[in-house]
Amino acid sequence: MAALGLVLISQTFAQGYKVGDTATDFKLKNVNEKTLSLADMPSAKGYIVIFTCNHCPYAQAYEQRIIDLDKKYAAKGYPVIAINPNDPKVQPEDSFAEMQKRARQKKYPFPYLFDSTQDIAKAYGATRTPQVYLLQKTAQGNVVEYIGAIDNNTEDGSKADLKYVETAVDALLTGKKPETSYTRAIGCTIKWKKDS
Amino acid sequence: MKGIVLTAALLMTIVWAASAQHIKVVSFSEIEKNFRVQSDSIYVINFWATWCGPCVKELPYFDQLNAVHSNEPLRVILLSLDFPSKLKSTVMPFVKKKDIQSEVHVLNEKNMDAFIKRVSETWSGAIPATLIVNAKTGKYQFYEAELTYEQLESYYQQIKP
Repeated sequence: MAALGLVLISQTFAQGYKVGDTATDFKLKNVNEKTLSLADMPSAKGYIVIFTCNHCPYAQAYEQRIIDLDKKYAAKGYPVIAINPNDPKVQPEDSFAEMQKRARQKKYPFPYLFDSTQDIAKAYGATRTPQVYLLQKTAQGNVVEYIGAIDNNTEDGSKADLKYVETAVDALLTGKKPETSYTRAIGCTIKWKKDS
Repeated sequence: MKGIVLTAALLMTIVWAASAQHIKVVSFSEIEKNFRVQSDSIYVINFWATWCGPCVKELPYFDQLNAVHSNEPLRVILLSLDFPSKLKSTVMPFVKKKDIQSEVHVLNEKNMDAFIKRVSETWSGAIPATLIVNAKTGKYQFYEAELTYEQLESYYQQIKP
């Protein structure tokens, strides 16, 4: 019975978006205290939505690469939208105040949003940090074009020979579909609320 | 003189081997090849990292499972996903400090995407995660979740023939 319960739980989380699905917009609080929606960026061609957080060493390992992605692609129409989905009761380092501190210290050029209800992480089907959902804006809505890791070398980005997100955005910018649209990567589990 | 130095070095090696685990950096194939050898063994492989809070929390349960079933053909392997470069600076001191009794190794895989898929199609890559394999029946169970001791015990019982 315990096993059955676990399987059901993991299936709930494993649902969420697949490549080709239309992703929901959201209204989440940014570190600047204002709420932000994808629709607030009318000039964007799409969005590099990244579930990330403060505490996770893998998120920290990718932090500079996330900043660099935004610097490279925001001007081309694909800004980074970072979302922290963790429950600060479980992981105090991921509180809103700590998010504000980190965004300031590291001079995040992108919005860093707090998914306080965890509804967006659940809707997207995010399981870990960092995890990327690359969205392309279309007449039908924001279509998921890539889910997964930023590149294939967490420890040292300069040694990564597969830059999944860059390759995928470059493909979209030239009117193509990303060749690799889904990758798996090690990351920190999302710290779900204990009562949910 | 040379003999004394050699003897001393040998002694130190023996003392080191006795006091500390021999933690190796391994590929997943090295672990996986055990499954293909038909034996009575049941393998419980836990994917963890020193930096992963929920992983560290459940580690004692694996030691406990090992201890409770010490007379059974159970092999618990704690496969660390810390970077291989952290073996000496982080993993070895951690294992010593926490007094971990189970077999510990550090994974070295270039293509993590392929590795994760090989372990289980259902694994997104979040840890902790645990793989339980019955080498005799070929039964293979994978859990992407933090486990309690009770769950671990019951999953182990379920996979036994």
